[in-house]
Amino acid sequence: MGMTIAEKIIAAAAGVEEVKPGDIHTVELDRLMSNDGTTHLTIDMYYKLKHPRIADVNKLVWIVDHNVPCDSVKTAASHKKMRDFAKEHGITFYEGAGVCHQVMMENHVTSGELIFGADSHTCAYGAVGAFGTGVGCTDYLYAMVTGKSWLLVPETLRFNLTGKLPEGVYARDLILTIIGQIGANGANYMAMEFGGEGLKTLDMSARIAICNLCVEAGAKTALMEVDDITRAYLKEHGRKPKHEFTSDADAKFAKVYDIDLSKIKPIVAKPHFVDSVVDAKECVGTHIDEAFLGSCNNGRIEDLRVGAEILKDKKVHPLVRFLVVPASAAVYEQALEEGLLKIFMDAGAIVMNPNCSVCWGSCQGVIGENEVLISTGTRNFKGRAGHKDSFVYLASAATVTASAIKGEIATADMV
Amino acid sequence: MGATIIEKIIRNNVGKEVKPGEIVTVNVDRVMIHDIFIPFVASKFEEMGFKKLWDPDKVVLIYDHLVPASQVDDTRHFRVGNEFVKKYGMKNIHRSDGICHQLMTEAGYVKPGNIVFGTDSHTTTYGCVGAFSSGIGYTEMASILGTGTMWVRVPETIKVTINGTLPENVMAKDIILKLIGDLGADGATYKALEFAGDTVENMSVASRMSMSNMAIEAGAKCALFTPDEKTAEYCEMELTDKEKDLIGDSDAVYCREIVYDAKDFVPVMACPSNVDNVKPVSQLVGKEIDQVFIGSCTNGRLEDLMAAAEVLKDKKVAPFVKLIVTPASRKIYKQAMENGTMAILAKAGAIITHPSCGLCCGRTGGILTDGETVVATNNRNFLGRMGTSKVGIYLASPKTAATCAVAGKIVEPK
Amino acid sequence: MDKFSGKIWVLGDDIDTDIIIPTEYLALETVNDMAPYAFSPLRPELAGQIKEGDIIVAGKNFGCGSSREQAPEIIKALGIKCVIAKSFARIFFRNSINNGLLLIENEQLRDVVKEGDEVTVTLNESIEYKGQNFPIASLPDNLMDIINAGGLVKAMRKLNGLD
Repeated sequence: MGMTIAEKIIAAAAGVEEVKPGDIHTVELDRLMSNDGTTHLTIDMYYKLKHPRIADVNKLVWIVDHNVPCDSVKTAASHKKMRDFAKEHGITFYEGAGVCHQVMMENHVTSGELIFGADSHTCAYGAVGAFGTGVGCTDYLYAMVTGKSWLLVPETLRFNLTGKLPEGVYARDLILTIIGQIGANGANYMAMEFGGEGLKTLDMSARIAICNLCVEAGAKTALMEVDDITRAYLKEHGRKPKHEFTSDADAKFAKVYDIDLSKIKPIVAKPHFVDSVVDAKECVGTHIDEAFLGSCNNGRIEDLRVGAEILKDKKVHPLVRFLVVPASAAVYEQALEEGLLKIFMDAGAIVMNPNCSVCWGSCQGVIGENEVLISTGTRNFKGRAGHKDSFVYLASAATVTASAIKGEIATADMV
Repeated sequence: MGATIIEKIIRNNVGKEVKPGEIVTVNVDRVMIHDIFIPFVASKFEEMGFKKLWDPDKVVLIYDHLVPASQVDDTRHFRVGNEFVKKYGMKNIHRSDGICHQLMTEAGYVKPGNIVFGTDSHTTTYGCVGAFSSGIGYTEMASILGTGTMWVRVPETIKVTINGTLPENVMAKDIILKLIGDLGADGATYKALEFAGDTVENMSVASRMSMSNMAIEAGAKCALFTPDEKTAEYCEMELTDKEKDLIGDSDAVYCREIVYDAKDFVPVMACPSNVDNVKPVSQLVGKEIDQVFIGSCTNGRLEDLMAAAEVLKDKKVAPFVKLIVTPASRKIYKQAMENGTMAILAKAGAIITHPSCGLCCGRTGGILTDGETVVATNNRNFLGRMGTSKVGIYLASPKTAATCAVAGKIVEPK
Repeated sequence: MDKFSGKIWVLGDDIDTDIIIPTEYLALETVNDMAPYAFSPLRPELAGQIKEGDIIVAGKNFGCGSSREQAPEIIKALGIKCVIAKSFARIFFRNSINNGLLLIENEQLRDVVKEGDEVTVTLNESIEYKGQNFPIASLPDNLMDIINAGGLVKAMRKLNGLD
């Protein structure tokens, strides 16, 4: 009986020939990522264990990214706890190097791996064909101590991509369209698998953006077929695939969707749900106070290029705070070298150090009462970006930048 | 009888000779309000019953302490500020261009001989171009906005003369810290500082700015440098005779005169938790550190970032130590990108933030916790300034700070 | 208020504005919101202990640092009747006068008093502590004008013909 990519990765990690949806398996984990959102809680629990130990310290990667630079005494204390623990146990540790998922993609993740991350957007790793999934700190701690965990084999939704995205339409428009189509719980507990000829038209940055957002449809993980683009990306970053899995011809999918990329249009997800998507044109003219170009979803060099291209020789609207936040230190350096940061600075944008920023909403650019943000971040939940009575619209780098220029929601063709 | 610089500025403003101790009403040339205080200024102004600004072009509003907003209520200050600007027809507003004191001189709002007040204690900074500038509260600012005048007591002057060549690793910051240590935190209270000597004549305006900026830490009302060719170039203007004459006369009366030989200066640090607790770096060597902050209106200028980059070139910040760099203005950030400084800092592992007050004002930008130690280039190391009261803050020059960042502990710059 | 008595709280030298009110709380909407955090880096419990009519006695350079006018406003909001210090920083001094917070300079008192004791102030004359008298100077006329008007806001309202 054929298996999907998710099933093959779990089978390999469990050391069994075959798995099927609904099975529960004990799996060996390849890597365990945790960030400053919850690591301090994991550490507190760790010290309450009777026999605290770390199964394999080489599997752990800890990343401080949510509040960088530190914005309060409380977060300073939790960072210190994390830093001291990492130092004491020799854990791979990043602070200020960027958003955890981007740092992981650049430095650690490879095809066929099974990775737990104490952050919901860990599903981003599917871009290179790795099974990444978000877990809470109890699950994380168990995996940290034993090197293993249990996993319920998910059903898989298959997305066959055909065609090519039109000019001015981005991966973000695609994934928001898909989430709108299947709903915010349309992939609950499931794996979302992407393949087909259309996938070959999408670069790695686009693939990360797509996989990263799959959790917003409730997915346990997202997975893409490994191809030359994947191999080239891994090679560029000095890594080799662990396994290259594709779904078997007779693999069983819970449902198959055929998506024609050429039909996708610029999309906006309206407050306060990611699946509340409409044609961007429907939101044109909506007043905004702040615009955000960044995050693990859309803060890569490709996204900054899109923004810079639109903003070149133009000015940010004087009453709009336009935050530009490269997703990692590597992206920052590249954007600096390419002159993109100069374009943003000349235009009046606020260029910040790589961090989660307003996507996470507790530091660096939070919005106030009744304020409106248009964002390339991951979520638009009520209160996500600051005040409980504020509004977040999600859109592509192009739409966000155009809106920052106009002072109201606008599409790139309008500026 | 001769006059000091401050006496000349006030004399030129009020049109009569003045002497220390006298209380006079001056016409204000420019005022600066920053984001933290704009809501208070606005409400006091309206409570006082004023209907219009005395001269909207002389008023500058700058958002810097709260950029980017780190708490949800911060944006209220922007809203109030934007409404105030619109209601009273102001044009001079900067919403994300950098720190107020940097922008006031850099954007040309302050010229030699001007009298300027700002709602921030480090307003003394503009003495770097020979302006009398001082910090005031928001109530007083509101009254200036309505009247264009303010009463001042003509201060006595302490003259500080420095001659000679500075040792290689000594920066202007080391000089001003040493002076504050010698004067004490209240050693110049109510007084003007006046700098003279070939060492300060040879200094860049940026270095002079670091010194005038910190004069308040000795309690000074203002700190003045004589405008010269460098000033003229910096301010993009020709100096008039009146401006060139802003020099202490040989027969001027000073309440105190201090003379330093430049070669005697060494790299120093202000140790926790008072700015006048100054010690040579050599006495502090070996102390482990957790973070380094290079930035602020004291030391966030291009020459400061370049001094740091020189140290950090082809090196890395020590493991588990953070280096936070916050340029003082958008212009400086751009210049540092253009001349390759930013690339060096980024490659070394620095966390480079958008230009703002950042950590110096203790709201965001690298807050610390109990038991942590930071070496910082800003102007204050008060208890609790950057986090809990158990954080040790050591103030130093950018060169010293960068050297410590690489070593992960306090070391002398070399 | 020519003569008044109050219980004293004793503080040291160089009590800076960041101690009086840390920047963290400066963007709170009103001075009353900020008052509970007064002196928190140094003595977190102090703001809650101060009662209406109490007096602060401190060392040199009280109020040094920032121009934040919340510092004297908060001290006033806590009910402090006056601050007696060896010396005051100049911005703090101006801000206090402008808000009608009485400041008295005295070199000796701080070194002889004990926290919790009582002192009696006779304006422009002296301070009495356990039978001992400490002379104090009077303020210049232009400052007395502001104080007599009830602070700078009221003085300006008068100027604008409002009161």
